[in-house]
Amino acid sequence: MNLFFHLGRYFILIKRVFSKPEKMSVYGKQIIHEIDNIGISSLPIIAIISFFMGGVITIQSAFGFTSPLVPLYAVGFTVRESMLLEFCPTIVCLILAGKMGSNIASEIGSMRITEQIDALEIMGINSAGYLILPKILAGVVILPFLIAISMFLGIFGGYVMGIATHAVSSYEYIYGIQAFFEPWKLYYSFTKVITFAFLITSISAYFGYYTHGGALEVGKSSTSAVVYSSILILIFNFLLTQLFLT
Amino acid sequence: MIEIKNISKSFGDRLVVDDVSFQFEQGKTNLIIGESGSGKTTIMKLMVGLHEIDSGEVLYDGLNFPTLGVKEKQEVRKKIGMLFQGGALFDSQTLEENVRFPLDMFTEMSHAEKIDRVNFCLEKVQLAGKNDLYPGELSGGMKKRAALARAISNSPQYLFCDEPNSGLDPKTSIVIDNLIQSLTKEFNITTIVITHDMNSVVEIGEKVLYIYKGKPWWSGNGKEILKTTNPELLDFVFASGFMKEVFNAVKGK
Repeated sequence: MNLFFHLGRYFILIKRVFSKPEKMSVYGKQIIHEIDNIGISSLPIIAIISFFMGGVITIQSAFGFTSPLVPLYAVGFTVRESMLLEFCPTIVCLILAGKMGSNIASEIGSMRITEQIDALEIMGINSAGYLILPKILAGVVILPFLIAISMFLGIFGGYVMGIATHAVSSYEYIYGIQAFFEPWKLYYSFTKVITFAFLITSISAYFGYYTHGGALEVGKSSTSAVVYSSILILIFNFLLTQLFLT
Repeated sequence: MIEIKNISKSFGDRLVVDDVSFQFEQGKTNLIIGESGSGKTTIMKLMVGLHEIDSGEVLYDGLNFPTLGVKEKQEVRKKIGMLFQGGALFDSQTLEENVRFPLDMFTEMSHAEKIDRVNFCLEKVQLAGKNDLYPGELSGGMKKRAALARAISNSPQYLFCDEPNSGLDPKTSIVIDNLIQSLTKEFNITTIVITHDMNSVVEIGEKVLYIYKGKPWWSGNGKEILKTTNPELLDFVFASGFMKEVFNAVKGK
């Protein structure tokens, strides 16, 4: 029953979010602001994690591929496949669900408890559209770029670590990351990223928007935003993988 | 003018507003007073549409607000300015951006015209030159004044103030009261103020509605309230011994 209540309220909110904006120019500025706020500020953490994860996957793969039947370029191949198919689109989005999700829910939740959302409503502004639409659009626009950077840095990190630890040669690694490449996998990855971006921003905004009470409830909303975004990312990851790969 | 007719509101089994009717006149400072939990803020929220009424009418110059469609409600709301208890300024925006916000959303003014209007409003509330400060950098009184500047920036016809003096020292309270009254007169606004502050009631209360347990209990003006014989209102007005002593001393003279 509770699930249906939240689902119904979520879809009603989404309908309000996508209703016609009062003034497009103001929304445009908000989108740019949100791209910076929720996207660009996430770049350092994504860069560090991706670089080191690429390195670790390289070393682990080289350590595991002991059979002479497995060519050493398989290390580069493994890093590329791991980064493109799962690590960057899913694991990085899970990390971003924590960072962006709590940020969005606490920001909107704080605005709710300090009557800033009521102030917007009384001015005659569709508060759901004004506050949430720019976040969703910013997330859907910027996350694919962040994930593309993450993919590049992950593969680059694997190269640097592989060379530095002598786990793999430069030639074999570069040959590996180019071997058996199928472009549709990028289509699959970025479809996942755009879906996850929508889920993270809209679910977090939903929990923030319906915060009631005080600071304690804002904290609870942030936690719920991260938990439910993460669970839905995992569920949609499974569904999209089934859809694309079977 | 705003008129409420027989409005009622319940939350679950609890009747919070019980058949309240009143006329809030244009160009006057109309006050709603009452004890905490008596339903004052709920009445205001019903009037601006933040809560849905169970029954009754809220007429903005004859338009029954609760029955209007979304677009028509938005049109009425563009004419409303509201000063919230905590100010409700947007934390991420400077004072200038806060005051400019309604102009950005609803007018086609040029940037220079908007800045002129912002400066005019900030000057009115004695915050001239503070354009670049953020709400976090303002004192409680400055926040209230800034919120008042935002509330009047788009030349509202109706101004709602929810406990504008709460948490302020008596001197700053008087400044806020005088501002509200002078803006009401200058722009001929229908102003509705919720307050507990008896000084405000006496000083600026041109029309006062006393709410007791969700019901309209007494109405009159700020001067008449001191002569009331209504026992509940007397309890409210003279709840503090200090107020009683002052009143008796004045009467003794």
